[in-house]
Amino acid sequence: MLDYLSIFVKAAFSENMIFAYFLGMCSYLAVSKTVKTAVGLGFAVIFVLGITVPINYLMENYLLKEGALVWLNPEWGMDGANTLDLSFLSFIMFIAVIASMVQLVEMIVEKFAPALYGALGIFLPLIAVNCSILGGALFMQDRQYPTIGEASVFGLGSGVGWLLAIVAIAAIREKIRYSNIPPALRGLGITFILTGLMGIAFMSFMGFEL
Amino acid sequence: MKGLHKFLDEKIAPPFKEGGKLRKFWPMYDALETFAFVPGHTTHKGSHVRDGIDLKRTMFLVIVALIPCLLFGIYNIGFQYDAILTEAGRIDWLGESRHATWLEMFIYGAPMVLPMVIVSYAVGLGIEILFGIINGHSINEGFLVSGMLIPLVMPVDCPLWMVAVGTAFAVVIAKEVFGGTGMNILNVALTARAFMFFAYPTKMSGNNVWFHTGYSDSLTAAASPNVIDTYTGATPLGLLVDTADGATLVEVITNKGGGFDFSLWNSFMGFIPGSIGSTSVLMCLIGAAILIATGIGSWRIMAWAIVGGALMGGFFNYLGSLEAFADNLYLDIPWYHQLCLGGFAFGVVFMATDPVSAAQTTRGKMWYGLLIGILAILIRTANPAYPEGIMLAILFMNVMAPTIDHYVIEGNIKKRMKRAKLAIA
Repeated sequence: MLDYLSIFVKAAFSENMIFAYFLGMCSYLAVSKTVKTAVGLGFAVIFVLGITVPINYLMENYLLKEGALVWLNPEWGMDGANTLDLSFLSFIMFIAVIASMVQLVEMIVEKFAPALYGALGIFLPLIAVNCSILGGALFMQDRQYPTIGEASVFGLGSGVGWLLAIVAIAAIREKIRYSNIPPALRGLGITFILTGLMGIAFMSFMGFEL
Repeated sequence: MKGLHKFLDEKIAPPFKEGGKLRKFWPMYDALETFAFVPGHTTHKGSHVRDGIDLKRTMFLVIVALIPCLLFGIYNIGFQYDAILTEAGRIDWLGESRHATWLEMFIYGAPMVLPMVIVSYAVGLGIEILFGIINGHSINEGFLVSGMLIPLVMPVDCPLWMVAVGTAFAVVIAKEVFGGTGMNILNVALTARAFMFFAYPTKMSGNNVWFHTGYSDSLTAAASPNVIDTYTGATPLGLLVDTADGATLVEVITNKGGGFDFSLWNSFMGFIPGSIGSTSVLMCLIGAAILIATGIGSWRIMAWAIVGGALMGGFFNYLGSLEAFADNLYLDIPWYHQLCLGGFAFGVVFMATDPVSAAQTTRGKMWYGLLIGILAILIRTANPAYPEGIMLAILFMNVMAPTIDHYVIEGNIKKRMKRAKLAIA
């Protein structure tokens, strides 16, 4: 139980996709003008990350990893005569899974929240190429979580961290809309500075040991 | 006084006014004049409130509330120095075999603290004036408080250039780029502290920075033979690393830890090593009383932060009593002692209540304060590398405050809409 909590907190705070790795920046910068759309996109990212990471976990462990195909034929396992390593396919497999999941999310949002669908615009289909989603899958591959449960918690945690980041910056951007910011910095410039400062604040969770 | 004002108006002011030679430096002149005299200009448009208290008076009152902490901080440097002399077995203040009197301790500490205050003000105000001149706006008094807070949250042994760099970073990146006073998202003094904490970790934390071990040059000639070279001592919250020899942290804290007495009484009064101004809970309480009585600091934030800290401390005490967590010594510190250690009181009273970066709504203040208390104790307990959890907790909640406000306001709108609909139906 504590393992799961630890993975979740790590993924959401100390190894936050935005503030620790600066992944998924394009939609983070583009859709954070109002809190409402930010929340919508945030939940879409949670959903996609929460689903694709476990699916990609299965892909990784039963298809791609070296010797993962042992369940098909013992010959292809680690100790078999013809060890099969399909990991060169992982990028294309992960992307395929992510793209199909995003398609699903898009259809759901269009059906049930047309207003949000309109507000998110091009950024909803673009979740497919959102670095934080592929990043989630690749971190999962890299860190080799022992169980699918831990992989899903990691995916959900990363999504929640991304949601927190985009909602916080959206609220701040709403607040500073009437501030007297130097003209050269208005818009993206101040948002980048803000992101850096928020990164300092999020560093408070670094090295957390539960 | 009137004559002086007239002299200023007629003799000094003209070159600064419209069309004058020194027009560019008007913000500078304006700042100095309005510092001494009540400004004559009034609000021209929009709604405004008539009140005797303006930004300048507000800031000044916070400075007044900070003075007890400053004075005690200066005194405490001398006190700690005397204590390590005693620890080293050399009771020889000024060459005589005796302890220092409190006045001597105070005089001893002053040359350490005052330069920091001067540097922080000089750098910060210099940048403010520069920005004022370039942008053509008048200089606000926002830096008065930040400039006093920055030295108070520094370790004793912090070099002056570092104070200058931290101040410059905080004023430019955390404040001026957002449009100056009242527009910043993060607390300026805390940004300076956090920046230095991450940029120069060896100078801002660890065991070597919390004591002043004697003046090495001829600044105060009498003290120079008293330099103790390699004295190390941790703050109570940094002690965990050093107590691998079986003693529990509670024993260390309540008895003698590294030669120091971290008992509840001492940590309440402030006779412990730590950042210059933040050791004494008593002085912070005096400051809090001033802030609350004048209505400048929000009592809600302070009260809820203490509640949050106490709740989290109590929860950790409970966890510490379980078998599974027996190895984390931090968990055993009683919650009321947690609240007296480190910079908790100082942060809650002076940093969390910063009216600009805190939550603005009444209900938002409750959550903001509560979460600061919880996070501060959580960070300090769960992460041995960051003993000063309160700093990072407040920064984190500064970031989250606009979100909290947003949802409080949303909730209010929803509630009223419901009421309106009921009234119609």
